[in-house]
Amino acid sequence: MKKENSVWKPFINGLITENPTFVLMLGMCPTLAVTTSAINGLGMGLTTTVVLAMSNIIISALRKVIPDKVRIPAFIVIIASFVTIVGQFLEAYLPALNSALGMFIPLIVVNCIILGRAEAFASKNGVFASALDGLGMGLGFTVALTLIGCVREILGSFSVFGISFKEPLESIGMAPIAIFVMAPGAFFVLAALNALMASIRMKQLAAGKESKIRAGCDRDCASCGDDGCVHRFYDENGKDTAVGKKEEKA
Amino acid sequence: MSTISELLIIAIGSAFVSNVVLSQFYGLCPFLGVSKQLKTAGGMGIAVIFVITLASLVSSLIYKFLLAPFGLDYLKTIVFILVIAALVQFVEMFLKKNVPSLYQSLGVYLPLITTNCAVLGTALTNVQEEYDVLSAVVNGLATAAGFAIAICILAGIREKMRYNNVPKAFQGMPIVLVTAGLMAIAFCGFSGLL
Repeated sequence: MKKENSVWKPFINGLITENPTFVLMLGMCPTLAVTTSAINGLGMGLTTTVVLAMSNIIISALRKVIPDKVRIPAFIVIIASFVTIVGQFLEAYLPALNSALGMFIPLIVVNCIILGRAEAFASKNGVFASALDGLGMGLGFTVALTLIGCVREILGSFSVFGISFKEPLESIGMAPIAIFVMAPGAFFVLAALNALMASIRMKQLAAGKESKIRAGCDRDCASCGDDGCVHRFYDENGKDTAVGKKEEKA
Repeated sequence: MSTISELLIIAIGSAFVSNVVLSQFYGLCPFLGVSKQLKTAGGMGIAVIFVITLASLVSSLIYKFLLAPFGLDYLKTIVFILVIAALVQFVEMFLKKNVPSLYQSLGVYLPLITTNCAVLGTALTNVQEEYDVLSAVVNGLATAAGFAIAICILAGIREKMRYNNVPKAFQGMPIVLVTAGLMAIAFCGFSGLL
């Protein structure tokens, strides 16, 4: 039982405990841009999951071969290769999704969740664990994007996953709040989400528990020094590597 | 070659109408992270203008003379990201050695934008819109100017906001996002311009 628990730990970790969007607040550009509908959020999330899982596997397999000094460029090349492959696949088989996500498919390369996981997990752990970690983190991202997409689509166009309930609501005199599917709505939804997480964090701290919720990243991965997302994650023993540093700065 | 009026339309379009952060959502991380003070926001804005313009030039040259003629179109993501990363490193080294005064003011921001999605996004937009080299440079310059304008406005508002009584849960990032949302509404007003 205990063994099974430890095998699935990286997966559950990414999906819930360290959910990249809700808890760590990473990868905000695609989160805001593509969540105009639930289906777009789901598509983007799954695309990112595939890239994350594949690049985690390859980086983990090559972790002893890649010299430490050039690891970031090497990681970027590996990630960019998978993004290209996935992009070509979408272009060929799912052209509708490809045009809905547009530029954000190639921009998966600079999604900090992927480089962050490469640096924090895949470069230190085995292939199987890294694959699970990539899947967990990716699915956590997918769930978050789909939920945000649902909220925006329901409020903004009275529909979800293509099922419209616009007519019955409009017949009783309700109009969709169109701003939620436009650019400003993305900021408002994310602001509300951030405030919610902040209040949860305050409750956790008030109850004397330590909180895993972070406030996001303002750096980029390639040049990130010691205080980036690597230290937002937890080391193998489940010890928070960021607490000391973060509190010192605040 | 494109005419002056075409270039002007590209410039206004990418600086205001489809502003890079407020309607395209590229480069949100530095937009939200480095906008605490007007002074640092200005430095960041200038560094972004510098890097994006240069990256647009180099990437469109590479695309035109290397990738397109040999049918290597599908390699553009990999090539651009490496070229941009190398370019920023090179610019940083060059400034450090030859223009120390400029390095003093821009140096700290340069590494922050190596893999900023605005830089890669602009390079890819140039290819997608099939801009020639001159249009690509103008588009890069205008996009980055749009970023600089947006980050400076946000930083100005945030400096004033320090004296406001913000609800506890909204302190920090949430209120900045609300501010950005309101700015995005204001920038929606430009949409009828072209």
